[in-house]
Amino acid sequence: MDKAEYAAYIKKITPKSKVWCSLLRAFIVGGLICLLGEGLNALYKMWLPNYDQTQIGALVSSTLIFLASVLTGLGVYDKIGYFAGGGSIVPITGFSNSITSAAMEFRKEGIIFGTCANMFKIAGPVIVVGTAIAMLCGLGYFIVGLFL
Amino acid sequence: MIFLWAFLIGGLICALGQLLILKTNWTPARILVSFVVLGAILQVCTVFEPLKKFAGAGVTTPITGFGAGLVKGTFENIDKYGFIGIFTGGLTAMSAGIAVAIVSGLMIGMLFKSRSK
Repeated sequence: MDKAEYAAYIKKITPKSKVWCSLLRAFIVGGLICLLGEGLNALYKMWLPNYDQTQIGALVSSTLIFLASVLTGLGVYDKIGYFAGGGSIVPITGFSNSITSAAMEFRKEGIIFGTCANMFKIAGPVIVVGTAIAMLCGLGYFIVGLFL
Repeated sequence: MIFLWAFLIGGLICALGQLLILKTNWTPARILVSFVVLGAILQVCTVFEPLKKFAGAGVTTPITGFGAGLVKGTFENIDKYGFIGIFTGGLTAMSAGIAVAIVSGLMIGMLFKSRSK
């Protein structure tokens, strides 16, 4: 059986309802995480009336990142991830989870050469690609700005 | 009303991520990177800001918000400070999230051992 035949076979035996079910789980959990973000947003706006929206947004993301990191340490986030799949990977909490779980996994190789060196094993590409693309867009924006 | 839209739109973006996992067997790193790029593109096309007004944390909580924030910060700093903004804007805008992720990752990594699965 070659690769294409195998893929077709897998497709045939994977029940359709399972796909919909996992999409629904990702939708619900992902949606709830975003809802929590929106709730924190409203709360911080009330508590810190002289912060602007950018600062409130940064505070909300930071809270979610910290929460996900603690839950990862306690082993709870992995359970959520097992249930929700993409619903736990796509939100900013998934980014935090990937950093903390790498930090924990490589702890046995030491704090500096294990934890510190390997933290960004999965999250690193996100920052590298994000920064590169933002800079490229910025360069374009700057050059266009010169002629307008 | 914004709470409902945050839930619905945020949920949809995550379901899209799940669909990618199921249909393409991409790794989480690749999914995260694609969503960051998507967010950056939406920001450049000026689609992201209206979406943010409409769905709030529904679009900023998914990692798309990270890409969009990087581009937004870059553009704002270019408007404010000129050329140097190309380099300073993106990471300045996202500095809080990255700093908290690093420090809490380090802290938790030192406190807890990875459990065997």
